[in-house]
Amino acid sequence: MARPMTRHDAQLIPISFTLNGRLQELDVEPHELLLDVVRERLGLTGAKRSCDVQVCGACTLLVDGRPVSACTTLAFEVRGRSVLTIEGLAENGKLHPLQEAFIEHGGFQCGFCTPGMILAAKALLDENPAPTEAELKHFMHGNICRCTGYKKIIESIMAAAKKMRVKV
Amino acid sequence: MLRRFRLEEPGSISEASELLSRFGENAKVYAGGTELLLAMKEGLVQYERLINVKNLKGVSEVTSADGMIRIGALCTHHELETSALLRDKLPSLHKLEQNVANVRVRQSGTLGGNLCFAEPHADPGTLLIALAAKLVAEKSSGKREIAAEDFFVDAYETSLQADELLTEIRIPVPAPQARSAYLKFGYLERPSVGVALAFKLNGGLSDVKVAVGCAGPAPRRVPEAEALLNGKSREEAARSLVEAGAVAGRASQAISDLHGSQDYKEHIVGVLLKRAFQAAAS
Repeated sequence: MARPMTRHDAQLIPISFTLNGRLQELDVEPHELLLDVVRERLGLTGAKRSCDVQVCGACTLLVDGRPVSACTTLAFEVRGRSVLTIEGLAENGKLHPLQEAFIEHGGFQCGFCTPGMILAAKALLDENPAPTEAELKHFMHGNICRCTGYKKIIESIMAAAKKMRVKV
Repeated sequence: MLRRFRLEEPGSISEASELLSRFGENAKVYAGGTELLLAMKEGLVQYERLINVKNLKGVSEVTSADGMIRIGALCTHHELETSALLRDKLPSLHKLEQNVANVRVRQSGTLGGNLCFAEPHADPGTLLIALAAKLVAEKSSGKREIAAEDFFVDAYETSLQADELLTEIRIPVPAPQARSAYLKFGYLERPSVGVALAFKLNGGLSDVKVAVGCAGPAPRRVPEAEALLNGKSREEAARSLVEAGAVAGRASQAISDLHGSQDYKEHIVGVLLKRAFQAAAS
C-alpha cells in the first residue's frame, strides 16, 4: 500500500500556457486537476464539475482547439499549450456567433451544460464548418443536457454554423 | 478529488521500465489518464508515483511496412480515428476508433492505455483479437510479442510483467479478400456487449476469427464458433450463424450486472454476430 503523501511531499511543476489568449504562469502540483486550477485558482467558473467521469461534458475546455474534460485532465498537461474557456470566447465584448445563436434559439434552460456545449460546438465547427445533423450528433454525443431535449441545441449550432459560413 | 502523488518523467522506455522495477506497486504508468485518473479519483487505487510516458518519442505513429501495420501504443483514439492509413487498410478498426466513448475521451485516451488498463467494457481488445494483432511488450532488457488473445487475463489484468510497457500494436495488413467488422451494443455509457468477426471470403469463408468482449471479465476468442463457420459457403455460413452465436454467447463468460443479465448479454452476442456477418460479407 502506498504511503499517503502530505503537503511536505509537494512537488511543484512550473507551467506556462496561454489562457484565453493571455500568457499564464503558475506552479502546480502533479495531482492538481485542470478544472480546479481554472475554477479555484484562476477564478474562471464557466466550466462546471458534474459527473466527474468524462461522461457529461459540463467541464469541457478546449486545449489547442480540441475538447477535453477538465475534470480528468492533470493541470501540468497544459504546459506550453493554449486553453480556451467560455470566458475567452467573446471578442471585445462581442459574443461569439455560437453564444448569440444559443440565446436566439433558446439553446439552454438552466445553463449548467451550456459552456461545455458551446465550446464543444466551437471545436466541431472549427474543423467542420458545415456539419450534417448526423455529424453534429456524433460529435456532441458526449455533452449531456437535462433540460432542453437537445432539439434547440442542435438548432442553435446549425444556425451558428450558417452564420459563421456567411461571415467568412 | 485526487490524492497527492509524485510525477516521474522518464526520457525513454528503458528508463520507464527501470522506474517500474524500482517502485513496484507504488508506481503506475500514466498515459492518457482517461481510466486511471477515474479510478484514482474514486479512491479505488492509490499510487505514490505516476510515471508519465506521454512525451516519449517514437511510440505514437501509425506506419505500414512489410505486410504489417504498426500502431504506436501512445496513439490517441483521435489520432487513430483521423488516420488515413487506418481508414484505408483497417476500416473496421478505424470505425471502432470513431466510436470509442466520446470526443473528449478520444482526445486524451490512448490505444495502449486502453489495452493495458483492461477495463472489461472496452472496445479495441475484442477486434484486435479477431485481427490477429500482436502486442509488443518492452522493458530495459528487451522486448517480446504477445498475441492479443493471450494479453487479457482477467478484468483489469493483462499478461504484461510488472516492469514491461506496451509499446506497439502490430496488425497484419488484411488480404484483399479479408473482411472484418466490430459491433457493440449498450444502453449505458459503456458497451454491454462487443462482437468482432473477421474472415477471408474467397468463394467460401476461411480464416474465420470470432471474438467477444464487454459481456464478461475480458475479451475472448471463440474457436468453437469459428469452427462452425470455417470452410462454409456464404449461404451455409449464414445458416450456421444462430448456432455460432449461441456458442459465442456461452463462451463470452457473460455476467449479470448493471449492463444486463447474463441471458440478455448472451442473446445480444448472437444478434451482433449475425449483424457483423451481414456487415462484413456484404
